Amino acid sequence: MDTEFAQRRRRDLMIAAAFAVIAALLPLFVKDVYVQNIMVLTLMYAALSQSWNILSGYCGQISLGHALYFGVGAYTTTILFTKFGVLPWFGMVGGGMISALIAMALGYPCFRLRGHYFVIATIVIAEIALLLVQNWDWAGAALGIEIPVRGDSWLKFQFTRSKLPYFYFALALAGIAWLVTWWLEDSKWGFWWRAVKDNPDAAESLGVVVFNSKMGAAAVSAFLTAVGGSFFAQYVAYVDPESVMGFHLSLLMALPAVLGGIGTLWGPVLGAVILIPLTELTRSFIGGSGRGVDLIVYGTLIVLISLARPEGLVGLFSRRRKEAAQ
Amino acid sequence: MTAETIIQSLASGLLMGLLYGLIAVGLALIFGLMDVVNFAHGEFLMIAMYATFFLFVFFALDPLLSAPFVAAALFVFGAVAYLLIVRFAVRAKANAGMVQIFSTFGLAIVMRGLAQFFFTPDYRSIPQSWLGGKTISIAGIFLPVPQLAGALVSIAAFAALYFFINRTDFGRALEATREDAGAVALVGIDKNRVFALGWGLGAALVGLSGAIMAIFFYIYPDVGASFALIAYVTVALGGFGSVFGAFTGGIIVGLVEATTALIMPPSLKSVGIYAVYLLVVFVRPRGLFGSM
Repeated sequence: MDTEFAQRRRRDLMIAAAFAVIAALLPLFVKDVYVQNIMVLTLMYAALSQSWNILSGYCGQISLGHALYFGVGAYTTTILFTKFGVLPWFGMVGGGMISALIAMALGYPCFRLRGHYFVIATIVIAEIALLLVQNWDWAGAALGIEIPVRGDSWLKFQFTRSKLPYFYFALALAGIAWLVTWWLEDSKWGFWWRAVKDNPDAAESLGVVVFNSKMGAAAVSAFLTAVGGSFFAQYVAYVDPESVMGFHLSLLMALPAVLGGIGTLWGPVLGAVILIPLTELTRSFIGGSGRGVDLIVYGTLIVLISLARPEGLVGLFSRRRKEAAQ
Repeated sequence: MTAETIIQSLASGLLMGLLYGLIAVGLALIFGLMDVVNFAHGEFLMIAMYATFFLFVFFALDPLLSAPFVAAALFVFGAVAYLLIVRFAVRAKANAGMVQIFSTFGLAIVMRGLAQFFFTPDYRSIPQSWLGGKTISIAGIFLPVPQLAGALVSIAAFAALYFFINRTDFGRALEATREDAGAVALVGIDKNRVFALGWGLGAALVGLSGAIMAIFFYIYPDVGASFALIAYVTVALGGFGSVFGAFTGGIIVGLVEATTALIMPPSLKSVGIYAVYLLVVFVRPRGLFGSM
């Protein structure tokens, strides 16, 4: 028997497939390198925000320190490749696994904390990591590491002539992050997480192992974030502490989900599609003449949307859909 | 490392710590009142520093003289920020915690953008003031005068705040609202007014510290960010909402920072503060003086 929920899930899957096909065809029409760059970044932030959403949206553990996992992914790939000649693909998986382990090791003490104490702990831990890497001479300290060009190939995941391979990888990454969320949403984990978010004490009393649920969410979230970090390192062929571990990254991962709708399947995608092009465009069109205008636009948007639509912009669509169904 | 250098740096750590306490207490006050963390707190400090700077540039007003004006201006700013933004954020029915965090974060980003736009990202400083650049020697220990003045102002402000909360009608209204915001309405206290005044008071305190910081610190659009994190750690260390906790938290943070700077490279001096925060909350998840 088909419940309404099962129907909705199948429809989500079909919509996602349609979007993926449309996105995959976009480069046929968009040849401009500047626009292609925005498309790559949009897909990357959609993937990152989707990963962040697993821990912070579904499970309700608001992290403002995800830059740590992004940085671990970026640095693992880069260090393994430049110092030991290990292919980026191994670095990508390795970085993801290291991040997942770090997330669980940190989660062990941190998940006892609640509310603002937890949020501040995540900020502080990421900040410690940033300071340590800035002072780590072997890893390039504050200057960072440049990834040497070894010729275009999928094996080394380097492309100097075209952005398209990166675009398709970012599309795949966003798709995988979406699919993982889609799959987890209906698994026992998804139900546990929502229970933990809504009322941890009640969840515990009903037999949900709250601690393990949080650990699972943290591991999945950190793994995917680190893969995004590895990708970014390959894409810009350069890592330095501030640009792959800075606090602004933690914020940039959270914002698309916040704008689109926290703890929802489509929120991060919708948020990224609106936010990232808007940021990039304001930065290049107005940002040059009067510095700071991009921040003003961006900040105003965050204030207005979080006040006017606390459930996120996806709320607009679901309401219309509900009305159409009636 | 001689005993003298240790005493020297602990003394300056203590002074800085008292100032950190003053920067952070507004945050603790607002949180205690209504369970909201103002993530634009650092930007409040930033505009206070700019206000002090421009009062100096245009009216040749010494930071010590402009401090009351800056505090008053910030009082108005804080109350307006509550009435225009936070008042609506606390009403959110969905994702309440998230809305509070991100609406004040959005405000912080706007304020930083406006500062970059109007004041440019350049670093500025007040070249000459009554206290700037002076040191005095007490029993062989050299203390920077601006920080010493800041520490004294901080102690005075905490004493005044203590008197204010415990001895005045508004202070009692504040305490009553923090105990039970619903019940105070029954005795005719307008909750929104108390909250607005609480935000004003919290902002005025950070305004006061901004005026003093402007004497000896560079002023630039992002200056709030680094102090904001220290302020959150200070408040969380003491226990959110505890005014006394912010005072002690500030002193601890100042001393830990000074000690870390003695044994580690200066670029890592914040690591000590952050590590102490983690240690404390891992043992006491609600800070030193927070209610369990």
